[in-house]
Amino acid sequence: MIPAPFSYQRAWSVDEALDLAARYGEEARFLAGGHSLLPLMKLRLAVPEVLVDIGRVDELCYLHDRGSEIVIGALTSHHDLAHASMLDRELPLLAHAAGQVGDPQVRHRGTIGGSLAHGDPAADLPAVVMALDATLVARGPAGSREIGAGEFFRDLFETALEPGELLTEIRIRKPESAGWSFQKFTNRAIDWAIVGVAVQGGRVALVNMGTRPLRATGVERALAGGAGPRDAAAHAAEGTNAPDDLRGDRGYREHLAQVLVARALAEAGSRA
Amino acid sequence: MKVSVTVNGNAVAAEVADRTLLVHFLRDVAGLTATNVGCDTSSCGACTVLLDGQSVKSCTVLAAQADGRSVMTVEGLSSDSADGMHPMQRAFRAEHALQCGFCTPGMVMAAVSLLAENPDPTEEQVRSGLEGNLCRCTGYHNIVRAILAAARGGAE
Repeated sequence: MIPAPFSYQRAWSVDEALDLAARYGEEARFLAGGHSLLPLMKLRLAVPEVLVDIGRVDELCYLHDRGSEIVIGALTSHHDLAHASMLDRELPLLAHAAGQVGDPQVRHRGTIGGSLAHGDPAADLPAVVMALDATLVARGPAGSREIGAGEFFRDLFETALEPGELLTEIRIRKPESAGWSFQKFTNRAIDWAIVGVAVQGGRVALVNMGTRPLRATGVERALAGGAGPRDAAAHAAEGTNAPDDLRGDRGYREHLAQVLVARALAEAGSRA
Repeated sequence: MKVSVTVNGNAVAAEVADRTLLVHFLRDVAGLTATNVGCDTSSCGACTVLLDGQSVKSCTVLAAQADGRSVMTVEGLSSDSADGMHPMQRAFRAEHALQCGFCTPGMVMAAVSLLAENPDPTEEQVRSGLEGNLCRCTGYHNIVRAILAAARGGAE
């Protein structure tokens, strides 16, 4: 399988990437590691006419501790996130979850910004940044703007990014509550989660329970009201819209969400 | 576009279509056919090669993304030893870590990448390090044994 023909353009800086995106308009897609986009292109589910390769924009590869927050360049790979001792200390949920994405080969190529901008509700990191209440920074022709993780994911493969805008940075405040957990149930190790759960303190986010990553608001409300893990987890499927597919029907996913949320809350409680 | 890749230490340059995948560049342009195309959906890992030293699935990398970089395939592993084999290849032979052999080039490259990052892995770390590579013959046990043996230098 090979992708439909396209024109390959390489950017060496954010400015150059934005210029290329402006020149080609809606026909262009940014290519980071390519591990979400290229498989879709090989299946002809995505047919961009122009790929703007940002994989060598080194100015977007960084990980800094700014005291009260961690800032991450959008092109930082899953592998680098999973192996950064600072991240393991300050944001263990993100370091751990990045080490669970795909497989080692995918983690060598895949980037946090690519995963978020792709907007796949079955991907791990969108739910993780929602549980961490991250702020995403986008740059476009009109300058930079900040988008809260809760407003970033709009629908299946659809984000708040405008055409020509590039996700450049992820900012995450250091959590006040230490308890965290990431639970993911897969068929094979490399598969997308049938259902996944990310917990940080009182925030609970779900992978693959709708057309976008969702906060489990029923669970969060129950926790805030003093419910224990098991009672709170009973609310896990509230407000969700889980897909029906070969790997699980909606009822199975709703049950799984309750089981995984209970496990996640118990594990997070043991770490608090 | 013109793509130049250092493959197993040798410069390989060619004018290719922009959509050319790295695995096809290696097989059809460089003529190195050990790297297999298996599932072609970045699931099975048969096409695993090292890109600047890290394992990648070459069916999900554009040749253009490897332009100016260095790639190693299983053909590049051969050493100066009497049998011409890399210690990992010798460990695979000694532990009978293959049957049909289709997954083997990718499996060996994933194993080399794994030990480069973690020279003394536990069995559990080897098993999770092989998440990206499917073998339908061996049940993985002998592959895991071979990688542990290579890590200990047992196949030298």
